[in-house]
Amino acid sequence: MKLYKAGAAVAAAVALALTATACGGSGDKASGDAGSSGGAKKDKVVIGIKFDQPGIGLKNPDGKFTGFDVDVATYVAKELGYQPDQIEFKQAISAERENLISNGDVKFVVASYSINEKRKAKVDFAGPYLLAHQDLLVRADDTSITKPEDLNKKKLCSVTGSTSAQNVKEKLAPEADLKQNAGYSECLTALESKAVDALTTDNSILAGYAAQEKNKGKFKLAGLSLSNENYGIGLKKGDKELQTKINAALKKMVADGAWEAAVKTNFGPAGYKNEPAPQITEGS
Amino acid sequence: MFDFLDSGQYDVLGAFWVTVQLTLYSAIGSLIWGTALAGMRVSPVPLMRGFGTTYVNVVRNTPLTLVIIGCSLGLSETLGITLGGTTFKETGFRLAVLGLTAYTGTFVCEALRSGINTVPVGQAEAARALGLSFFQVLRLIVLPQAFRAVIAPLTNVLIALTKNTTVAAAIGVAEAALLMKEMIENEADALFAVFGVFALGFVLLTLPTGLLLGWVAKRAAVKR
Repeated sequence: MKLYKAGAAVAAAVALALTATACGGSGDKASGDAGSSGGAKKDKVVIGIKFDQPGIGLKNPDGKFTGFDVDVATYVAKELGYQPDQIEFKQAISAERENLISNGDVKFVVASYSINEKRKAKVDFAGPYLLAHQDLLVRADDTSITKPEDLNKKKLCSVTGSTSAQNVKEKLAPEADLKQNAGYSECLTALESKAVDALTTDNSILAGYAAQEKNKGKFKLAGLSLSNENYGIGLKKGDKELQTKINAALKKMVADGAWEAAVKTNFGPAGYKNEPAPQITEGS
Repeated sequence: MFDFLDSGQYDVLGAFWVTVQLTLYSAIGSLIWGTALAGMRVSPVPLMRGFGTTYVNVVRNTPLTLVIIGCSLGLSETLGITLGGTTFKETGFRLAVLGLTAYTGTFVCEALRSGINTVPVGQAEAARALGLSFFQVLRLIVLPQAFRAVIAPLTNVLIALTKNTTVAAAIGVAEAALLMKEMIENEADALFAVFGVFALGFVLLTLPTGLLLGWVAKRAAVKR
């Protein structure tokens, strides 16, 4: 009987906790919805970014967001009439970007999003705002890789299913021993412990990792341009008005030097030589 | 809508073949390891019982992703164990089989232990009275009957294992889930079609397994 009472008490406590969180959850959702629909109050804008790529888009332990994409998103939002405290960042992992946009969960996506034809069938782009190249990150004392052919004898690491990994397998170095990990951080560990010789993906992402405080001086970029990736801002298909506004914002960002400054602060410390700001090609 | 399948760019069947291989090797491994664990858990030696119980409870409650990434990060990248593989492809496959075996073995053990409980105690007592040793009792009297009782639960474990092989994509084993990731990266305009192809693939792998072994289970069960 005593056990039964204790059980009932626990059940009641759990039920209470559940209802309490459910209330909190629905409350959050309601305010989020108001933001994304941007109704009469126009109080919030939801933007999709990466949460796990230092230098590009990173959610820090204190809840703040840093990275180049974050700076671009903040600048564009400001031009659209939203103050930084009116921005709500939402995680946009690679496979979900198109759905987030077409479902209207986010107003636009700034998440190292390369413009290509297949994606353009699903969403529209503004920009590009950055020209990145596939490159290699190697240990700072490694001088054995100078051209793509050198890779055929090397151990290489990239992320499962990424375009960079496919490029290596199909075009750049089919003979290379390619390890595909779930995330770039795992690759970085392997690179440091010499389990692999190089880590490959877009140079902007690599520069972000190399520029992290804990990695300073350990790694360097090989400086190879293995592909061209034009990062664009993804938005709902057919929204010409928003596209024009974002393009104008990007042009202004380049013109007033904020673009250059953002590149320098986010990628600078890793010997990253940035391309000049790309010409706007989408929807102009 | 499914034109990405005709492009010749993706070896869907090849990827599913790797899934099947992963499943088969891990199934054989975990059957052996699970039987050994079940033997330990019912053995008269307290140390072995203790090890069996601890191992099963710890590994069974560790997420499979952690087990497999632990194999890759801990065993391979940090300790340098390659299990005889010369490339990451070979090593990754073997590590995945190791991880899946270590994990699935616990479920095989628990299923088998429930089967052992279906064998009437009197049989073991009678066998012991005849002078059989513990291993002889287990091998000749108890396990044959226990296996016949647990074919259905083991089928569930096998089906779960088939689906669990997708976790191996996390350490870069080129099976179905990894190819799906690649295709989603490239075929942004056919997201649901890609997903559908792989979902169907797994249904085609697991449904016949369930039907076939369900039939076998009915035929083999010991009628008491």
